[in-house]
Amino acid sequence: MAGEMKMTGYKRENGRVGVRNYVAVIPVDDISNAAAEGVSYLIRDVMAIPHPYGRLQFGDDLDLTFNTLIGTGRNPNIAAAIIIGIEPKWTERIANAIAETGKPVAAFSIERYGDLKTIELASRKAKEFIQYASEVPRVPIEMADLMVSAKCGESDTTLGLASNPAVGRVLDRMLAKGATAIFGETSEVTGGEDVIADQCINEQVRNEFMKTFQDYQDFIIGTGADLLGSQPTEGNIRGGLSTIEEKAMGNVEKMGKNKVQSVLTPAEAPQGKGLHFMDTSSAAAEMVTLCAAAGSVLHFFTTGQGNIIGNPIIPVMKITANPLTAETMSEHVDVDITDMLRLEMTLDQAADKVMDVMGHTINGRLTAAEALRHNEFVLTKLYRSA
Amino acid sequence: MKHGALMHEVEDAVAVVVTDVSAGIEVTAVTLEGKEIARVKATGDIPLGHKIAVRDIASGEEVIEYGRSIGKATTGIKTGDHVHTQNIKSVRWA
Repeated sequence: MAGEMKMTGYKRENGRVGVRNYVAVIPVDDISNAAAEGVSYLIRDVMAIPHPYGRLQFGDDLDLTFNTLIGTGRNPNIAAAIIIGIEPKWTERIANAIAETGKPVAAFSIERYGDLKTIELASRKAKEFIQYASEVPRVPIEMADLMVSAKCGESDTTLGLASNPAVGRVLDRMLAKGATAIFGETSEVTGGEDVIADQCINEQVRNEFMKTFQDYQDFIIGTGADLLGSQPTEGNIRGGLSTIEEKAMGNVEKMGKNKVQSVLTPAEAPQGKGLHFMDTSSAAAEMVTLCAAAGSVLHFFTTGQGNIIGNPIIPVMKITANPLTAETMSEHVDVDITDMLRLEMTLDQAADKVMDVMGHTINGRLTAAEALRHNEFVLTKLYRSA
Repeated sequence: MKHGALMHEVEDAVAVVVTDVSAGIEVTAVTLEGKEIARVKATGDIPLGHKIAVRDIASGEEVIEYGRSIGKATTGIKTGDHVHTQNIKSVRWA
């Protein structure tokens, strides 16, 4: 039985549990990508996480970039982190916030050194860190140690019929044992928002959710755009989804029967166990990046038409019930539950299969996205830079 | 496989076909629990994952799936028709 598989992970200094054991080199800004990647070329198994932003951002947009980079470094899948930025002040701000977790962190800035000297200094530290990480043992872990996240992509009607209810059932089981989970996609729940509101734990959380939801509605209506073709996407429409309401009703099946404990701002870490709604875009890489920054160590990704997204620091498990996708894009699929569409697999059997693959993934088996080097790390940009 | 289409709720006006369906083929629509609700003849080709009307829907009428409205019919829809963006539209963001 899937739920009884023994799981192992990495216990970090602050008590949080990871399922991967990376040494990450995180650039503060776009122009520090080259140095970060330089370190990863020199030192074995050290991972650079390049991105295109971090210069001349301001206000909420800057805070979100900071919080995402800090959260990425704090994630328990990261054993140790090196931060490289162009100047020392912002670089140290990020490094200090990550160091609060107790894990090894070092900061390097490029001004007054240049790339080559910075790469040398950071590589010496990266060598130390990877040797440290290589000795961190896997230890037995419990379901209650885990924080996971869920989102769908390239959705079609098979999600509402099969794969999202299956993930909902998995979350029902995991959260009953004390796990923590994040879901979100503020625009994409349009037409199913009342379902989420009804599952909020109390009036305060319900009001926070509805305010977050309405703010996004106002933003969309304010643009004056016709979202058909964007929501649902052309891929959704090809897969048979006709309206945002229909897409939303399939989407919200992922919640299972769980109560929403809190509404999180983008990249915000949940303060308690249970299910949490995060205010996010529905774009896959942005959403998963924010979940990982909030502390998720594993992501359930249901897909109909075949979204192939991955993430550099957390395993993204791909689940599909679409037989055409399972056949034509098999290298991207971790869990095939197409039997559900033929009514030859029950919801509980599908949940068993997802949990069995989850157990293997937690214990170290690479997901399809990991094996295929899908390392999409995408910062959410709120508005243009100064 | 005995069924050709799945329905979320018995009161739904549409079912999702689980194989590619050609015009003229009779489709058996069942609930997720396997209960047969309707047998309808497809009036046109319908790709896997797309919806077929299991009853007539008037122009302007709400289209029921998941036991609730997923949008409105922009034209009259006959039993067996392919139900998609050509004949239904969201009532949100309008």
